[in-house]
Amino acid sequence: MGDETKKERPRASRRDFLKNSAAAVVGGAVASRLGYVPAVHAAGSDMIKIGLIGCGQRGTGAAEDALSSSRGVKLVAMGDAFKDHLDTSLDVLLKSKVADRVDVPADRRFVGFGAFEKVLASDVNYVILATPPGFRAWHLKAAVAAGKNIFAEKPVAVDGSGIRMVLEVCKEAKEKGLAIGVGTQRRHQTGYLETLKRIHDGGIGDIVTVRVYWNQGPIWVHPKEEAWSDMEWQMRNWYYFTWLCGDHIVEQHVHNLDVANWALGAHPARAVGMGGRQVRTDPVYGNIYDHFAIDYEYENGCRMMSMCRQIPGCENSVSEALHGTKGFCQANKYTITGEKSWHFEAKDSLPYVQEHTDLIASIRSGKPYNELQTVAESTLTAIMGRMAAYTGQAVTWDQALNTEEILMPSKLEWGPLAVAPVAMPGKTKLV
Amino acid sequence: MVRVRWVWVGLFVCAMLAVWKVRARAARPKGPSDPPELKPYVELIPGSDVKFEMLPIPGGTFKMGSPPGELGRSDDEGPQHPVTVHPFWMGKAEVTWDEYDIFAFSQDIYKKQELGVNLATQPDNEKAADALTRPTPPYTDETFGFGRKGHPAINITHHAAVEYCCWLSAKTGKTYRLPTEAEWEYACRAGTETTYFFGDNSAGVGDYAWYMENSGARPHAGGQKKPSPWGLYDILGNLAEWCLDRYDKDFYGTFKPNVPTLLPVLLPGKEKFPHVARGGSWDDKPPRLRSAARRASNEDWIIEDPQRPQSIWWLTDALFVGFRIVRPLEEQDNLKGFRSQVTKYD
Repeated sequence: MGDETKKERPRASRRDFLKNSAAAVVGGAVASRLGYVPAVHAAGSDMIKIGLIGCGQRGTGAAEDALSSSRGVKLVAMGDAFKDHLDTSLDVLLKSKVADRVDVPADRRFVGFGAFEKVLASDVNYVILATPPGFRAWHLKAAVAAGKNIFAEKPVAVDGSGIRMVLEVCKEAKEKGLAIGVGTQRRHQTGYLETLKRIHDGGIGDIVTVRVYWNQGPIWVHPKEEAWSDMEWQMRNWYYFTWLCGDHIVEQHVHNLDVANWALGAHPARAVGMGGRQVRTDPVYGNIYDHFAIDYEYENGCRMMSMCRQIPGCENSVSEALHGTKGFCQANKYTITGEKSWHFEAKDSLPYVQEHTDLIASIRSGKPYNELQTVAESTLTAIMGRMAAYTGQAVTWDQALNTEEILMPSKLEWGPLAVAPVAMPGKTKLV
Repeated sequence: MVRVRWVWVGLFVCAMLAVWKVRARAARPKGPSDPPELKPYVELIPGSDVKFEMLPIPGGTFKMGSPPGELGRSDDEGPQHPVTVHPFWMGKAEVTWDEYDIFAFSQDIYKKQELGVNLATQPDNEKAADALTRPTPPYTDETFGFGRKGHPAINITHHAAVEYCCWLSAKTGKTYRLPTEAEWEYACRAGTETTYFFGDNSAGVGDYAWYMENSGARPHAGGQKKPSPWGLYDILGNLAEWCLDRYDKDFYGTFKPNVPTLLPVLLPGKEKFPHVARGGSWDDKPPRLRSAARRASNEDWIIEDPQRPQSIWWLTDALFVGFRIVRPLEEQDNLKGFRSQVTKYD
């Protein structure tokens, strides 16, 4: 497959996506109106100098993806809460095929809770935010304040207060002409782009019902070790604590919810749902649930049935199905059946690399794009579902957005930290 | 009257069995050195209710590779050279999730915990099986919506398939492993020298195989198509099957053209790619289902794993690959105690 096809197809499709998505705003238009020159050009060089914040396996992967996505890119600074994570990450990158683009001497390796600030203070113009999701909103705020272009992993927050912060940051980034890409890679995957383009062109008529699933088995878990404080254990076993992870409906299922919102060009207005921890009852699994089922309601009356589960030995599915008045779309299979039956046959793009290719190209063309708004909405969609399941109450969009809930502990320091109680439907209050 | 009828039915059944026996013998000739114990058998995975069937494959000598001019041929299939393999058993079907899950998700260990088995006093082979490293959990639906119960395992790495065999060997006390590329082609050919075991023309491939034109863009549960002459189901199509060998396009050029090579195998090392996969898949056109067609794994098979280091257990983009196991009657020396050398950080 020629490089040209790769570049052309997503770009054409993105125009359609922007046209069709109510929430999307073209950051570039704002930037050129203000005459803002992105920092990457101000530095007098086209070089993209990456700072990696969060050096786990996904952060390391994102760094390699970014380094292999475009010419004139190098990794110059790294930060993580843990030295062993950072050392492993650097070692892996130095053994990778992009090793020659890695230039991170000891004085640009930062460890601890404050590592992100030190990376931002380094000579970087593109930061990858890949820590556990609980920190994302704060890191986005700091990175935009520092005038950096950003690639942020999904989800972008774990609670409504985080989402409010992100929406503010989104505005500020647009005013500053900063590029922000978010790791909802389906939006950069040719097959999805072509499928969603057809949905927006009326390929299945009006969407009346959506079904989305992320039902899989369990993932990794790290039992507490003797030498670890409570905080260290929670940080290393982050998936199982709502304040760090948002629960799996937010951390993982957000992908499928994002496809639904993308298809509908809207976010749900209300959610009722249920969930619990039926199998993962041991304290090693912190306070998250192992299953959710949510009934979402959009403003236009469309309903979305959402399920996610992390239990072994059960029927699995990671998929998005869109039912329309004139057809049916299995989005993850890139297939439409009905009046305008269609299947995507061409070679798919490499979404995890493509999202950096696209983002860096937008920066270099002086038209930086900003995906934060749509992904913030998809993240809040997931949070709203979690709140509905945790409390057992119906939760509206405004309630989810304007909640007083702040999940992050008041102090970020190594030491004792009680595990917040597991939510109990009917007892846990909606705040 | 009733009794007379049953007599006729009985005679008919006996006649059919006799015919079947003759045909079976013709189809699967006994090799000169094949001992009497080389018979079909059913293996019950210890501690589970999961079974699989193994069929005898006689030892023999065959011409490996394809002749110049074979339709759809690649250069890596030549030069043709004679190869001798020893008797072995081969799985009648591709390995299913039911079998693989016991290993991959430590179902055997959890079951022992539930039953309160004293792990310290177990037999040594059970201790050895428990001690083997199991796959890290996948981040998605590893069946990709294609079904689990009764369906063949897909999209797992060569390392995972090799280690599954080590585990199965420890559990059963028998030597199970991936077939060498030579064993695979010998078993697939079933004594034929044609492009496919049913002839040179691909017409009729759909009787034996799920492939691009009849698969409905998905793999299928085993055993629904006709078996090969030696009784192997889905040996063509459905899933390309891992062989033990590392892939080298020039490997066949290293053998004598006229003297049979005994038990050739290109041993895998620490590299994650390339390894050989044979038989073609649900996603392939007929030429890839040819007896001699070789396929090499590569990094594209895991390209959508966004983590670094990438998983050494789960592929992301090889929904067309699975595996089938063999059991040598007598293990060849260079494969005794063979283990995968792939590690996460190398």
